[in-house]
Amino acid sequence: MRRILPAPVMAMLVLTLWLALNNSVSLGNLLFGALLGIVIPLMTAPLRESGVKIHDWRVLVSLTWRVAKDIVISNITVARQVLGRESALDSRFVWVPLTATEPHAIVALAGIITLTPGTVTAFVSEDRRHLLVHALHVTDTAALVSDIKTHYEAPLMKVFGDALARRAS
Amino acid sequence: MMPLWLELLVSTLLIAGATLALIGSWGLAKLSEFLRRLHGPTKATTLGLGCLLVASAIGMNARGHLSLHELLVTAFLFLTSPVSANLLVQAVLAMQPELRPPPVG
Repeated sequence: MRRILPAPVMAMLVLTLWLALNNSVSLGNLLFGALLGIVIPLMTAPLRESGVKIHDWRVLVSLTWRVAKDIVISNITVARQVLGRESALDSRFVWVPLTATEPHAIVALAGIITLTPGTVTAFVSEDRRHLLVHALHVTDTAALVSDIKTHYEAPLMKVFGDALARRAS
Repeated sequence: MMPLWLELLVSTLLIAGATLALIGSWGLAKLSEFLRRLHGPTKATTLGLGCLLVASAIGMNARGHLSLHELLVTAFLFLTSPVSANLLVQAVLAMQPELRPPPVG
């Protein structure tokens, strides 16, 4: 069973996505969705380094809320900056030191930084200990780094059960 | 038929979303450096499209078509847009190494 269905949650997710995409629960769609749910996880298995386990759903919900709120606020800020004078902008690269070591937490952090307007993640350093972030306008680099670390990284470490966060609590 | 207040809500969301997308594209066209211009589209894809999608979800469901497509679009967008932004930055840093910041000191 485990050979055919290495990731049952992912299989269910693929099936649900397929049904939602087609907006129908007909027999044909159920069968084809089930087929996709079996084949896709098997094909992508070599790409997954390790399984994901959500350790703290409450933190995940509050983090999602926080990110949604920040997206709205920073959208307005960036809209103002785009419409204003370009010479007033101080754009630069910022290195964000990482405390998180769990790969999924790092990917999620990079994604959140890009989704909140005004900052884009460029890459993760090879040793996975720093993120390079480009900011459209930054006056206080240290404040930007500490915002990212306290608002996003720390909750993500709790969500993904990062080893360091577990040791700390 | 949708009640008036719902139509007003949907219209407001549509206008807000379209305006934000416009500002995002304006940023892409107006700003001078590649790395700055990248910030325009990333905002258009989040809040701008978010408003349009909420409007679409309310509008369609009020007309009696249950539709989950808006949720799917949101999910796919949020999964893919960081990846494309990331690839664009990597591409420009590979082509113009002088833009690379000094390594962590």
